[in-house]
Amino acid sequence: MNVPVTQDKAAPVEAFDVEAVNRRTRQKLYQARVKVFPKRTWGTFRNLKWAVMAVTLAIYWITPWLRWDRGPFAPDQAVLVDLANRRFYFFFIEIWPQEFFYVAGLLIMAGLGLFLITSVAGRVWCGYTCPQTVWTDLFIWVERLIEGDRNARMKLDKAPWGVEKIAKRVAVHAVWLVIAVSTGGAWIFYFADAPSLFVNLFTLQAPPIAYITVGVLTATTYTFAGFMREQVCTYMCPWPRIQGAMLDEDSLLVTYNGWRGEPRSRHQKKAAAEGLDIGDCVDCNACVVVCPMGIDIRDGNQLECITCALCIDACNAVMDKLDRPRGLISYSTLRGHNANAAEAERAGRATATAHQRTVGVSHIARPRTLLYFGLWSLVGLVMLGALVTRDRLDINVIPDRNPLYVTLSDGSIRNGYAVKILNMTGEPRQFEVALDGLPGAAMWEAGSTEDSATRAIAVDVDADRLREVKVFVSQPSAAVEPGLTGFAFTVRDLAGSESGRADADFYAPGG
Amino acid sequence: MTGANAGNDTERQGSGEVEIDPVTGQPTTGHVWDGIRELNRPLPRWWVWTFYATIAFAVVYMVLYPAIPLVRGATSGVLGYSTRASVEDALTAARAAQSERLDQVAAMPLARIQTDTELNRFAVVGGRSAFLVNCVPCHGSGAAGSKGYPNLNDDDWLWGGTLDAIQTTIAHGIRFDADPDTRLSQMPAFGADGILDRRQIQEVAEYVYSLSGREADPVLASPGQQIFADNCAACHGDTGEGNHDLGAPSLRDPIWLYGDDRAAIEAQVTNPTHGVMPAWGDRLDDVVIKELALYVYSLGGGEAATD
Repeated sequence: MNVPVTQDKAAPVEAFDVEAVNRRTRQKLYQARVKVFPKRTWGTFRNLKWAVMAVTLAIYWITPWLRWDRGPFAPDQAVLVDLANRRFYFFFIEIWPQEFFYVAGLLIMAGLGLFLITSVAGRVWCGYTCPQTVWTDLFIWVERLIEGDRNARMKLDKAPWGVEKIAKRVAVHAVWLVIAVSTGGAWIFYFADAPSLFVNLFTLQAPPIAYITVGVLTATTYTFAGFMREQVCTYMCPWPRIQGAMLDEDSLLVTYNGWRGEPRSRHQKKAAAEGLDIGDCVDCNACVVVCPMGIDIRDGNQLECITCALCIDACNAVMDKLDRPRGLISYSTLRGHNANAAEAERAGRATATAHQRTVGVSHIARPRTLLYFGLWSLVGLVMLGALVTRDRLDINVIPDRNPLYVTLSDGSIRNGYAVKILNMTGEPRQFEVALDGLPGAAMWEAGSTEDSATRAIAVDVDADRLREVKVFVSQPSAAVEPGLTGFAFTVRDLAGSESGRADADFYAPGG
Repeated sequence: MTGANAGNDTERQGSGEVEIDPVTGQPTTGHVWDGIRELNRPLPRWWVWTFYATIAFAVVYMVLYPAIPLVRGATSGVLGYSTRASVEDALTAARAAQSERLDQVAAMPLARIQTDTELNRFAVVGGRSAFLVNCVPCHGSGAAGSKGYPNLNDDDWLWGGTLDAIQTTIAHGIRFDADPDTRLSQMPAFGADGILDRRQIQEVAEYVYSLSGREADPVLASPGQQIFADNCAACHGDTGEGNHDLGAPSLRDPIWLYGDDRAAIEAQVTNPTHGVMPAWGDRLDDVVIKELALYVYSLGGGEAATD
């Protein structure tokens, strides 16, 4: 299966006797997974993938360690999901639980952005940035570093257990586990102060949930990237199913240009000598051996294809050796492919090949992409507007419902309210809470007595805290109107300009 | 459906052959529903392994935890786990966590607890849960009471609304014979015992009606004032302001325990109803009673201590 076969003696290209393990026709019921041993490639897209891997992994591992000064009353971690205190910090933005719609908006933007990028450039998310792809790539890199490239790995896999195999396998799995543990380990730093948690983690002082999380994520990283790999994409991930609806004839796909390659032949020179009209594909299977998904791109666009474009690199290298133009496998839209195929039909394969573009983008601006972009921008602008103009002071009022009102001995009617004042800034502030409306009424804080009743009270609220104040409001009997009377609590920053207001109802008997 | 199915089964058993679905080329189970034949597809591998894993889990679980019911109880399991013991542990832990503050509540006088914001909040919350368990049947979940059961939210108190008065009331109850220190008072049955005649009761009731600032018939109220001074003022006060020591309600406010209309007042004068509240001193411990007092006080009507 793996023995390289030479074709024509003069052919400079190594051909691989291999069949795509995940080709549709090879998948039998109850068939266990056939291992994929992707071969190393060199080229533009491989380099791009290395770069993306470096950037994404760096973002993941470095982010929790970035600091951001927020003054003495808030944590100085740039990105922190503080579950215990229900706060989310992202550089200069602090989000309270009731502002979680910003996060929902970000997720909507991420979704629409994914739709947009998919409809323009296909499954670039899958091929380059998806954690499953990045970590699998990293694990394969480790595997390759220790066990060697495809042939060596296959040989080792088949070899009986001996000293060398055990040593190499132990080394591979040890490195995998180190990566898996540091992957799981990095995750928890987003949820607590990273430097102190780091120390606590090693001195066994960290909370159990930290160790459990690290354990679970270690296990998933190790199994998903080490063992399950392409099966996660093929069987577990919903996105390959959904993305079909995002693609159209103008979306970029990794495409085998059959119009140029077919009929394929391993005996190019012989065929040429015999005057047969054969295509550029020398059937060397280089595109198959490099595929991490174990498919043959020449079978057309498939659910399994994550468009990592490694087959483009592999094929381009072969085309270079054969002194043929690159792009037998290329990023191309269906429309571009069909146009080329039609031209090949009309003017001949050579002309069409000469006219072929390396990356066949066309019609980026089309109703679908404009709609996605419009919605994406709309959500983004709304979120941005809301974020820029949002209040850092809020007041909520919850009336007592049991009893609705209390008749006092002088005949006046008393209502109770829980007034919640949210000071969402990084410093303690003093506010004035006042009554608006309800003639003659006065209020006092629970704990003090009615003698101290006034129209307004001063309330201190700690930095970045909510303070709940229980107040009683009473209205003299002469002023009381039966039934419900609307009024409002107002709140004002005594040192600043912010203010807020919350409507409330005053209950009285009758009406 | 069953018939068709059964018939089909018989056919299949008779022929001994597996039917092949002509469209997919897959074998069928031989089951037919409304003419649709069920393909015989294998279970997904992950499903099969998950199924085996659940069986393994069940076996391990049955060894470790109580599982198999026997005549008396169940097998105890290797770990010796018990939900009862677990709850007991949780309760012990909760008590231990609260013990420091509970000790403080026990040691400090009520007025001092009230000045300690944190401790007061702790006590009020504890008092509220004790209230919901013990007091709600009479006083209501919002402590608003009902006819015959006083509203604890207002500033009108029968036996006093200071912290100490509330604590005494809760601990010893009202007219609760089993407690020697219970609060005791009795209003004479002016009508039933023939102390006042029918006309006099009408007159005094009309006067009492007028005390809370309501329009009354002067023909009745004027003689009623004298009857009040002779019979009622001793307990209810000269102006009807009431007396906390005797549990005599104020008659000058709009808050009425047994109703505010003339008929209710006449009924109360004729043959008074006396509320009874049990003493909680021997049922609840002192800390809980203190917490209850602080909770009731916090409802908004508490009176400042006079001393």
